[in-house]
Formats: sequence, structure tokens, C-alpha cells
Amino acid sequence: MSEALTAETITITGHGGDEIEAYLAVPTGSTAHGSVVVIHHMPGYDSATKEIVRKFAANGYAALCPNLYWRDAPGASPDDAAAAGRANGGVPDDRLVGDVAGAAAHLKSLAGANGKVGVIGYCSGGRQTVLSACSIQVDAAVDCYGAFVINEPPAGYTMKPLVDLLPNLSSPLLGLFGADDTFPSPEETAVLAAELAKAGKNYESHTYEGAGHAFFAVDRPSYRPESATDGWQRVFSFFGTHLTAGS
Amino acid sequence: MCTYVTQKIAIEGSGKGATGWFSVSQATVYVDHPVHAQQEHTLNIDFLNPSIGPSARVGLELTEEAALALIDAIRAALDSAPAGLAAAAH
Repeated sequence: MSEALTAETITITGHGGDEIEAYLAVPTGSTAHGSVVVIHHMPGYDSATKEIVRKFAANGYAALCPNLYWRDAPGASPDDAAAAGRANGGVPDDRLVGDVAGAAAHLKSLAGANGKVGVIGYCSGGRQTVLSACSIQVDAAVDCYGAFVINEPPAGYTMKPLVDLLPNLSSPLLGLFGADDTFPSPEETAVLAAELAKAGKNYESHTYEGAGHAFFAVDRPSYRPESATDGWQRVFSFFGTHLTAGS
Repeated sequence: MCTYVTQKIAIEGSGKGATGWFSVSQATVYVDHPVHAQQEHTLNIDFLNPSIGPSARVGLELTEEAALALIDAIRAALDSAPAGLAAAAH
């Protein structure tokens, strides 16, 4: 694989027909690629997330990250936009689903797309990945340490658990978690596995010893290179299985 | 974890941001992942003026200990001055 790619900032049509910013990376010379929607974490549509988008393209996937805070702060720096989004009450679930659907549609429209679309998200984006895969048709989903999928958040939190939506899961799901994480805790992710088994869903997961929350984040002290390296291998194996033509 | 709870208050005063001084009208206070501090979580404060735009922001990312010390320091500073000296109506 050449790892050659083209990356650019584009405009896509998101929830409610809104035009929103998104970051796209496409493998060079691709003739039949799978696609991935990347959901950024709560701190924003930042450089670290765009690096993840490029990593997918370097590995043969077209990847697209919608800027979930575009409506709150068009053109602002990622940290200012995240602060504005938080001050406005955060990203509503229905808007998130609409933006992911718009991103998936855009990816499917690209030349060389094989029609398969996966979703991946980190931290708050992990929960939003499960929400998306339970709300729209996708072909694979990866939840990286999303909290409040199963457990009720502490009093005062606005997010709702997704337990009731799990029977609607439209694709295979991969969950990657840290054993030292408390949100989600290993107890919570065990319940997730049980609920998905009860619903007859295709689910696999791995919980890394010695890792806590955000072990994929290369620019944070939570980074655990051994877990992250293994996790990336699992992500690419999973997407390789489910996002190739004919899978 | 990403937290979803934000304390949001109306404030009156000024702050110095990336492009200079501006009036602040709102503050948000929350515990979540920082952008810059090398901690998994910090107590974050944003002093904002949404009417100017999202870049009208002074951000702070503090350890829990620092945040609690700041509360004490603010109270001590106010207590050491004549009551009402910095009040809006003064």
C-alpha cells in the first residue's frame, strides 16, 4: 500500500439540510474503497482527529469527519468551537445522527466508493457511534470507550443511555475499552456485551489491561502505545472484514 | 470520560483573549478533558462574549487543587477589600 492520499476541508449537507464543514481524506488512485465516518471527541474537530482521518485514507479508506460544532462556531479554532458548543448545550442526538447520515451519503457518492460505510468514534464519539449505528444503516461500527451507552449518567447530565436502541443496531460492532476506565467501566461494557448478545447482534470487544480512557490519544498522557497499536490492528481487521466489496 | 454538565452563569467584566481585551458576558465552568493541560481531566473555565463570536474567549484548564485554591484566593481577595468595592453598582 502506497499510503498516498488527498486530504481537504469540504462542505457537506448535514442534519436538516444544513451545510456544514467536514474534513475528507481519500486514498490516491482508489478504484473500490470502503468508507469511514470519523466522529470527533468532545474537545472538538481538532488536529488529532484529522490525523485519524488521514490514517484511514493511508490505509485505503475514504474517511470523513463532520465538524459537529460548525453551527455553533463556523470558522472558529477547534477549542473555541468546542467551548461555544458546550455553552450552547452540546450536540443534540438527533442532529448528530443527521450529520453522520450526511457524511455517510457524501462518502457513498465519491468516485471509487464501494458502497460500504463504517463509523468510528472516540470518547463521546464512542457513544455517538453506537447511537448512529442504531439509528441509520451502516456496515460496521467501532465504539472506542464511549460512556453512557448502558449506564444512566449522574444526575444533571443531559445524555441518555442507548439500551433501548440496541435491538436496532444495523451493523457489526467492535468495542475497544480500557480496563482502568471508569466511564465506561468494565462492568458497564460487560452489560453492553450481554445486551447485544440478547438482541442477537454481531459484537466483538477487547478491554486492555493497563489502559484507561482515551488510550488512542497520542497527544494526551492517557496514551498507551501498546494498547493503541493493537487497537488499530483490530480496527483495520474489523473494517477489512466488513467494508470490502461483497462482504 | 467526557462530561456533559456545564455550569453557565452571566458575568460582567473584561478579559484578555488572543486578540486583546474584550467585555465578557458569560462564564462556563465544567470538568472535562483539557485541550492543553497534560491531565486527563481538569476544571475548565471559559470566559466568553458570544455576541462578539466564539473566539472572544479566555480559557483556563486547572487541576482540582488549583481550582479550589483559586476559589479560596478569590474569596480572600474580596474579603481583604472594603465590602462592595468591586461590585457592579459601586
